[in-house]
Amino acid sequence: MFFRFLRNLTKSSTLLLAFLLVPVINADWFALNMTRGITDISNEVFELHMLIFWICVAIGALVFSVMFYSMWAHTKKKNPVPAKFHENHKLEIAWTIIPFLILIAMAVPASKTLVKIYDDEAGDINIQVTGYQWKWQYKYLEDDVSFFSNLSTDLDEIYNLVPKGENYLQEVDEMVVIPAGKKVRFLITANDVIHSWWVPAFAIKQDAIPGFVNTAWTVVDTPGIYRGKCTELCGKNHGFMPIVVKVVEQEEYDLWVDNKRQEAIKLAELTTKDWSTEELVQRGQEVYEVNCVSCHMTDGQGISGIFPALAGSEIALYDKDRHIEILMEGVQGAAMNSFDYLSEVELAAVITYSRQAWGNAEKGDGEVVVPKDIVEYKEPKI
Amino acid sequence: MSAVIENHHDDHHHGPAKGLTRWLYTTNHKDIGTLYLWFSFAMFLVGGAMAMIIRAELFQPGMQIVEPEFYNQMITLHGLIMIFGGVMPAFVGLANWLIPMQIGAPDMALPRMNNLSFWILPFAFFILLSSLFMEGGAPNFGWTFYAPLSTEYAPPSTTFFIFSVHIMGASSIMGSINVVVTIMNMRAPGISLMKMPLFVWSWLITAYLLIAVMPVLAGAVTMMLMDIHFGTSFFNAAGGGDPVLFQHIFWFFGHPEVYIMILPAFGIVSHIIETFSRKKLFGHSSMVWAMLSIAILSFVVWAHHMFTVGLPLAAEIFFMWATMLIAVPTGVKVFNWVATMFRGSISFETPMLFAVAFVVLFTIGGLSGLMLAIVPADFQYHDTYFVVAHFHYVLVPGAIFSIMAAVYYWIPKWTGNMYDERLGRLHFWLSFIGVNVTFFPQHFIGLAGMPRRYPDYALQFADWNMVSSVGAFLFGFSQLLFLFIVLKTVMGGKKATGQVWEGAKGLEWSVASPAPYHTFSTPPKVD
Repeated sequence: MFFRFLRNLTKSSTLLLAFLLVPVINADWFALNMTRGITDISNEVFELHMLIFWICVAIGALVFSVMFYSMWAHTKKKNPVPAKFHENHKLEIAWTIIPFLILIAMAVPASKTLVKIYDDEAGDINIQVTGYQWKWQYKYLEDDVSFFSNLSTDLDEIYNLVPKGENYLQEVDEMVVIPAGKKVRFLITANDVIHSWWVPAFAIKQDAIPGFVNTAWTVVDTPGIYRGKCTELCGKNHGFMPIVVKVVEQEEYDLWVDNKRQEAIKLAELTTKDWSTEELVQRGQEVYEVNCVSCHMTDGQGISGIFPALAGSEIALYDKDRHIEILMEGVQGAAMNSFDYLSEVELAAVITYSRQAWGNAEKGDGEVVVPKDIVEYKEPKI
Repeated sequence: MSAVIENHHDDHHHGPAKGLTRWLYTTNHKDIGTLYLWFSFAMFLVGGAMAMIIRAELFQPGMQIVEPEFYNQMITLHGLIMIFGGVMPAFVGLANWLIPMQIGAPDMALPRMNNLSFWILPFAFFILLSSLFMEGGAPNFGWTFYAPLSTEYAPPSTTFFIFSVHIMGASSIMGSINVVVTIMNMRAPGISLMKMPLFVWSWLITAYLLIAVMPVLAGAVTMMLMDIHFGTSFFNAAGGGDPVLFQHIFWFFGHPEVYIMILPAFGIVSHIIETFSRKKLFGHSSMVWAMLSIAILSFVVWAHHMFTVGLPLAAEIFFMWATMLIAVPTGVKVFNWVATMFRGSISFETPMLFAVAFVVLFTIGGLSGLMLAIVPADFQYHDTYFVVAHFHYVLVPGAIFSIMAAVYYWIPKWTGNMYDERLGRLHFWLSFIGVNVTFFPQHFIGLAGMPRRYPDYALQFADWNMVSSVGAFLFGFSQLLFLFIVLKTVMGGKKATGQVWEGAKGLEWSVASPAPYHTFSTPPKVD
């Protein structure tokens, strides 16, 4: 009976093999290795990687060939009487000292590269990178520019409802822009849990840790778009907070900075505008979908036991002041952080949205919060 | 006093008690060893089922069968269960069965504590697994549970997780004390330390490591508990605490822990290679010194798990050099195994197949570990699938293959029956192919840039992920064959002789197969 099973197994393993071969043949054989990257440092790291790799291959080949030789030549059949030796001091000393020397040969260039990477001088441009659950914030310290960068891949692509685009999970709504040929220093930190900022093309990977500021720097000569990822488990959407860096020529960079400043001014003007409830709800829904939806969910129900529901919540129904306070200050000891970095318009809109949506307006007081309310909240209390 | 004398009268029946209470009340090292081994196998299947869920989700890009939140619970529990429930109890089970027989002792030194250290384990894992059904779900912060993801941002079930880690720690510490006391006090006359079999040596060192680092883990989880419930801020930057401190404490436990999971494997593989090469082990004392140096070095390399947290340059360089140094004693061990085989008279029964695969695949894992030690390169490797490939190479075809090798090697002694050699070899080849198809492509995925702990990935990683998943299913389902083989052997089969293997040396082979319920009531003669 068992051997019939074995025969079936052989048949199904042929199937399995065919199944295995399809992806193996299709696989992109050039994507097997580390990227060389585009900076001097990333090239050095790549060379270092290849050096150690080939040393390891050589060691492996040597050890395994002796081993396989003896598995072939010293079987019970071919060598019925085993040798008697079980010690050889010269050999043992050799295979302790030689690996030691090989290790030094690897560690010395590695240490040299490391010293270069640890250059802590200020850059021509200094950008503060802050990790949030689950997005990145970029603050250009010299230029007074600041924005968030969110994943822009559609949920429908993730849930396989529509075909996936070329840059699936590697695209954002706003890229970090840096000028070519300038030394850019990143000051990396986090607002909630630990994240890690990784751009393989620059060979930069630094943990973003709340309460700490880590630094990393790069000089990129080739304009282009370089993609990276968060590499420290930071909760539910760890896999969904990519990094995209766009390197442009200096003139284009200056233009971009100007544009960002104009945008900020326009945004400030919006605060004084008279908003209708519909406008606020509409704008609020956009803000909600970027900032709130991953915990509180599209239907406002949250996730039972971890993230509270907003639909039907006492605060969203009756307590406008507390509602503003929670968004501004966060909730101590819970996953809810302060969102005071959003603009007044965004805050007012998202609060209004969550007081109107999911039947909250009908059940509760449905009070509208306008940007002015947020401005008032921010004013020093006497 | 009189009670003691009466007990002596009771000692006349030598067999085990009847029924379920035999297992509940047993203080016999062989029974407890069996309990540990079955428990670890059950946990291996549970953790393995989780791995199947993980690989099924990663079969294709996009979210298909689970949500990211549940995916994180799976990777967390898979890691914790495989380490604390699969590998460690299996080694303790082997220690229970083998240490007394290999040193000619009648039993473990502290038999009642032995019973306790086993029987608290099922409760620990019941608590841990029950968190899956709690509001907010199971722990979801990875087996390394970095704060503040595991404190301020953790689900409520984290408190149960902490309690279960405490119980596991208590069990490990009791088990280790038992091993140390047994080895130090109960060796048959004539077995000096340097004459001790290598499995015993490996466990002596492992036990000391456990006693040293388990309290550190307990400290870490207790600080988490304080942060969560009692308003302290050990790991909370906003309260003046330090999230990186958590990582230092965790890896001060964590690095010795990974050697805890590999040292006993070194012992096992040394015995098996010696037996099936029919030649005395090359460099017995250098094997001991190598293990001791690995154990000592394991306390000064922890920060190589943390090269990207922003350590000062001097620390990075120190931990890089110290870590690379470990390659020297590890290399010595591999060279010794090869030299043992060299000009031996080798046959390839199932235990030897697993042992040879161990040497090759563990070496591959060791070499990728060396690559990971190079800090600038680690900036590219860190937290990618390259790391996942590395540690699975040392843990699956490393630790787990050694455990399987040990089961095939000693099961004739345990049950008195030979296992089915043909099925054993089939199990080996399925596992060998499965493991390599699963984990080898993960090197590529990692180098190409896929981070670990991702429930979904960019399209360029799709092909190799699919290959890896197919391999994982093959490996996973092959283990049911292992279960079948073990059950078949327990129930019957060709009778084994006392010697079992032509080339086997050691006291455990001097007793009958199956080993009598009580062995070495009087110490054997050893020259």
